[in-house]
Amino acid sequence: MAEVLVLVEHTDGEPKKVTAELLTLARTLGEPSAVFLGGPGTYAKAKDYLAQYGAAKVYLVESEDIADHVAAPAAEVLSKLVADTSPVAVLAAATPDSREIAARTAARTDSGLIWDATALTADLTATQGIFGGSTIVSSKVTKGTPVVVVRPNSTAPEAAPSTPAETPVDITISDAAKGAKIVDRVVEAKSGRPDLTEAQVVVSGGRGLGAAEHFALVEKLADTLGAAVGASRAATDAGWYPHQNQVGQTGKTVSPQLYIAVGISGAIQHRAGMQTSKNIVAVNKDPEAPIFEFADYGIVGDLFNVVPQLTDEIQKHKAG
Amino acid sequence: MNIVVTVKQVPDTWAEKKLDASDKTVDRKSVDNVMNEMDEYGVEEALKIKEAHGGEVTVVTMGPDKAVETIRKALSMGADKAVHLSDESLHGSDALSTSAALAKVISTLSPDIVITSSEASDARGGVMGALLAERLGLPQLTQARKVTVDPGAGKVSVERLADNGYALVEASLPAVVGVVEKINQPRYPSFKGIMAAKKKPLTKLSAADAGLDAGSVGLPAAASTVLEAQPAPPRQSGTIVKDEGDGGAKVASYLAAQKLI
Repeated sequence: MAEVLVLVEHTDGEPKKVTAELLTLARTLGEPSAVFLGGPGTYAKAKDYLAQYGAAKVYLVESEDIADHVAAPAAEVLSKLVADTSPVAVLAAATPDSREIAARTAARTDSGLIWDATALTADLTATQGIFGGSTIVSSKVTKGTPVVVVRPNSTAPEAAPSTPAETPVDITISDAAKGAKIVDRVVEAKSGRPDLTEAQVVVSGGRGLGAAEHFALVEKLADTLGAAVGASRAATDAGWYPHQNQVGQTGKTVSPQLYIAVGISGAIQHRAGMQTSKNIVAVNKDPEAPIFEFADYGIVGDLFNVVPQLTDEIQKHKAG
Repeated sequence: MNIVVTVKQVPDTWAEKKLDASDKTVDRKSVDNVMNEMDEYGVEEALKIKEAHGGEVTVVTMGPDKAVETIRKALSMGADKAVHLSDESLHGSDALSTSAALAKVISTLSPDIVITSSEASDARGGVMGALLAERLGLPQLTQARKVTVDPGAGKVSVERLADNGYALVEASLPAVVGVVEKINQPRYPSFKGIMAAKKKPLTKLSAADAGLDAGSVGLPAAASTVLEAQPAPPRQSGTIVKDEGDGGAKVASYLAAQKLI
């Protein structure tokens, strides 16, 4: 069976859930070959996970050349693998780093690139929700090896234990690819919360919160649910919450099982980043807020009463 | 410093965007078009680098004739000159061929630094910085929330956004820098700037002028194709309840009924 290359998404070797999703998707297209690119000694943390989700092979590079440079070395390895293995497709996660690696790989291999796919059929037709999910498009790569960047939460991961053959990739990264060197990494906020784009539940706050300190209400609700915290553009523009957490047309796109919008009106800017969520719950004091036109459940009321009560009730439910 | 900044004209951020029914490219005719909002941060960063270190800012865009409005805006903000790659044959180009075309134009300008923004609000690929770096063979410093240029040492460093903070990335010039939203506060064009923009040099290039092979650009050369496009089924509004003091409890009951808690 033909190989499908899956770029493993990980943090210092710790695989992210989207890796299991990509391997699951790859099994519907051919034989999944995981491509693990990381720093020295990081693969050990990913090994069992890749086997659990059915990688038939693992192509492996553990080197500082990969870990300490932006995008280009990884694209060099992936492009070599495309040339060597003639895969049916290359799958990567729709994260900022992997989409850049995927794009450069497509350019280097003279292949077509599709980003933000939410489904991919056996004949490699991709589904994409474009313009913030308002238009559904099916598209296909027509040149080279299809390089498809897939949104997290698009495929339900299914385990399929395997014993992957590990193949170190024989490559010397070119000097040209080492132009952008990472000299330091600074952790600013280790929230312990899940990644915004991967989370099953997202709680977001907006203008209605009125002040940065009121985001504590959103965070408390989020932590009760094991959720990630998002923010509307109004909230990040006001400096109430970091820009990294912005959900919307000029921020991240999320598609969780449950999205709770707190004090967010739901204008197109925000809607474009969250309208494909499975369940949308909104709390807003304005009954005319556009968010109520597409929320599955909405409460018209004062978030300062509703949200703490909701947090309490969820805690009771869990204890009960 | 010879600074190049790329900009793109896109449908207004607040407009309902559509695909053209005939060729399934972005419909730019039925909407107001503006400078991609993110690109305002790129232009601002270019101007700040010029103000700190001297030099010249050249705006580069590829797009239909009316994209000249977006060039004018960048010139009004303070950029010095512009190159507009515009040709019917470029219509429908994908990100890959667009990056190749832009790289071809940019390389003739011999820049010290090329600035792009994180994404355009119509296509939302977020790949142009990476692609330009690949095509130009220059270091890629994208996802930058802070840029520090040291022309004396021929170096540039950026704070590259990461999930929990940032990575400090360094490179020698020339380099491609991609900036994220909110890296700065883009200035508004002044009246004086708007008047001055009308007299600034603007070079318009056809595909042939730019030395582009006709077979390498436009919709026929795109490496992927849209088979079908349709509006997403409208999301129905669900149950909306007025809070009577038990709103939080009601949401919790809803979540429990949906097996979400």
